[in-house]
Amino acid sequence: MNDSQPGFFARLTLALRVFGRILGDGAFADGVLRLDRGESSAPAAPPLVESPKPAPLRETLPESALQLLALLQQEGRFVDFLEENVTAYTDAEIGGAARVVHEGCRKALRDYLQIESIRPEAEGARLTLAAGFDPALVRLTGNVVGQPPFTGTLMHRGWRVAQITLPKLAEGHDVRVLAPAEVEL
Amino acid sequence: MSEARYAVGIDLGTTHCVMAAVDLSVEEPDGLAQWTVAVPQLTAPGAVEERPMLPSFLYLPHPDELKPTDRTLPWGKPQPFVVGELARAMGSRTPIRLVASAKSWLCHPGIDRRAAILPVEAPDEVERVSPLQATIRYLEHLRAAWDQRYPDAPLIDQDVILTVPASFDPAARELTAEAAASVGLSHLVLLEEPQAALYHWILAAQGEWRKQVKVGDVILVIDLGGGTADFSLIAVTERDGSLELERVAVGDHILLGGDNMDLALAHAVRAKLAEQGTQLDLWQLQGITHGCRSAKETLLSDAQAEAAPVVVPSRGSKLIGGTLRTELTRAEVTRNLVDGFFPAVDAAARPASRARAALTKLGLPYAQDPAMTRHLAAFLARQVGATRDLAGFEDRLPAGATFLHPTAVLFNGGVFKAQPLLERTLEVLNSWLQAEGAPPVRLLEGADLDLAVARGAAYYGFVRRGRGVRIRGGTAKSYYVGVESAMPAVPGMEPPIEALCIAPFGMEEGTQAELPPQEVGLVIGEPVRFRFFGSSVRRTDQVGAALEQWGADEIEELEEIEATLPAEGRQVGDVVPVRLRAAVTEVGTLRLEAVPRDGSEGWKVEFDVRGEG
Repeated sequence: MNDSQPGFFARLTLALRVFGRILGDGAFADGVLRLDRGESSAPAAPPLVESPKPAPLRETLPESALQLLALLQQEGRFVDFLEENVTAYTDAEIGGAARVVHEGCRKALRDYLQIESIRPEAEGARLTLAAGFDPALVRLTGNVVGQPPFTGTLMHRGWRVAQITLPKLAEGHDVRVLAPAEVEL
Repeated sequence: MSEARYAVGIDLGTTHCVMAAVDLSVEEPDGLAQWTVAVPQLTAPGAVEERPMLPSFLYLPHPDELKPTDRTLPWGKPQPFVVGELARAMGSRTPIRLVASAKSWLCHPGIDRRAAILPVEAPDEVERVSPLQATIRYLEHLRAAWDQRYPDAPLIDQDVILTVPASFDPAARELTAEAAASVGLSHLVLLEEPQAALYHWILAAQGEWRKQVKVGDVILVIDLGGGTADFSLIAVTERDGSLELERVAVGDHILLGGDNMDLALAHAVRAKLAEQGTQLDLWQLQGITHGCRSAKETLLSDAQAEAAPVVVPSRGSKLIGGTLRTELTRAEVTRNLVDGFFPAVDAAARPASRARAALTKLGLPYAQDPAMTRHLAAFLARQVGATRDLAGFEDRLPAGATFLHPTAVLFNGGVFKAQPLLERTLEVLNSWLQAEGAPPVRLLEGADLDLAVARGAAYYGFVRRGRGVRIRGGTAKSYYVGVESAMPAVPGMEPPIEALCIAPFGMEEGTQAELPPQEVGLVIGEPVRFRFFGSSVRRTDQVGAALEQWGADEIEELEEIEATLPAEGRQVGDVVPVRLRAAVTEVGTLRLEAVPRDGSEGWKVEFDVRGEG
């Protein structure tokens, strides 16, 4: 006899209690019936669908993106430049405007983001990646075979934002306004 | 009142305000924690950013111009005005609502500094502010920024050192102190900006400063900010074997600074474009000014570049089509900036002054001669005797010297970020010295031309507690009241006036001058006005000295002073003989008192800051 099974008196108490519940509780009686027939004791619930774990994707909030776009427009006329049809103009004309965009957007980038390169080596240099490198920081291309350490040529140093400090916004500030219309009186 | 934890230096500049602090709990200067305090401010409607500087601009928006939430600051209720970066940006589009250069208005003798007159060009519906109120607004903003960051150590409980130009007259100093008092800053001292710059140099040199200067040195501080130029001379002396610093002279108030230079370039480019047939509107001229500033920086920092493009973006959304493109050449920068503002002149050169037109528009008394070097030559020549009575300096200056020979120079202010301007100034100064057989000056290297004044001021708060070398000096002028001399009246001639010295040169903070023997009559119950004079060169006049005549360059007339004796127990209209006594307060302002013969308590004599009108 298994030690974990209840003793005689415990079984007697259980029998009396189950007797009472079979009479008073239909669902319980149905469970006992199926147990008696040798079926699983689980209730006749709809079969459980094994739902896949949700993919680790998230919506990004448009707030900061729009705020940064507004800053690029404010400092460097970024949206004006991209919205304009450049085919009608000469390279010299575009170049003149590009200075405005370059100077202003560069200032905005430097004011609000601290951007640093991921790899300190000069582009074109040979470098070796030890096992356990972060593929988010370094993307392998070309003849990607074998085991690390990998040796290759640095094609792009990569950029990473070390720090971002965007202006704080007032409650109710509409970030969708990239640049207000201007009316001179 | 709790004990001050920090000393806070505030540089209340013409174009920018900067706030810096030191931790007073630190004992040793070497381990002194010192930093600038970033100032949150509106940078766009509804957007708040922390910036190291607060532009000294006040914008008075139209009620429909901004929503209240657009003016939200991290503290308090939105105010009906805007201070800082957004004020400057909005003001560039709508100048009629912008208050700028309030500091220069604060020391403008021709206007009432307590009257709501700014912006001068504003239409009637704009509720104007006084130069004093504008100053208060900037200080309120700085106080709120501090209190938000250090809620456990509110600014009113800290030692606050507010810097003023060395050339500020007693009335302007008093107004500055009044503005600070109305913001609640009670532990306040005023410090001259060139001195603050030198304190910063001492702090930055970390104890090495004693090796860089020696007894007998005369340090010339040239402080060229956005709106004003300020000169000071500081002598290195010795007492009990250790080096001391003594400020021996300050220059006149010159409204000339970096903004004038950018504007000069913009006008040069505008003239060039006009020749090519392009007329600029106001908006484009501002764009040119901005463009010239960055082109100038390129040309002045890169000796190889021959020209830098200046691009004025169109105002509309068509960027490429409407953009105006020109360039600024090295020759133009040299002609307009280096030669225009820093011409190579000899030591005998003096600034030109044109007689002002009788009907000048209400405006700031900008320097009429843009040549910094000529202003500098005039300053050094006037102060040729500044060190004559200083122990150890008797034989330092050759007998035939026509100007005081500095031995070291410290530059301060954003203008000198441009190396060629600094080099030109040195070159000109050294040519003067060479002509009189004196060795060239040494350049004292100071970092941070923009932030040095605030940082030096904060460090001064530490020095004041006896933990570092202190620059001595006291008042940089002697002061006089005009009294009618007792000569028989001659018909058709104004009675001659005597200048009665009431405050000697070099009065220290917290001291009081003696009572002069001469008495003046005050009419009870009526304001009585006196002419008031100052001299930056008469160093030996004692209280009671009565000058009957003086050189035109020796004594300058300041605003009048005004005494009103209350009637208390006296007959209105009676004349009471009083003596005028001067004191320098702990804050650093000059206080004048009328003391009656019976020795009872005196009455305060006010500086007249209401202007001549």
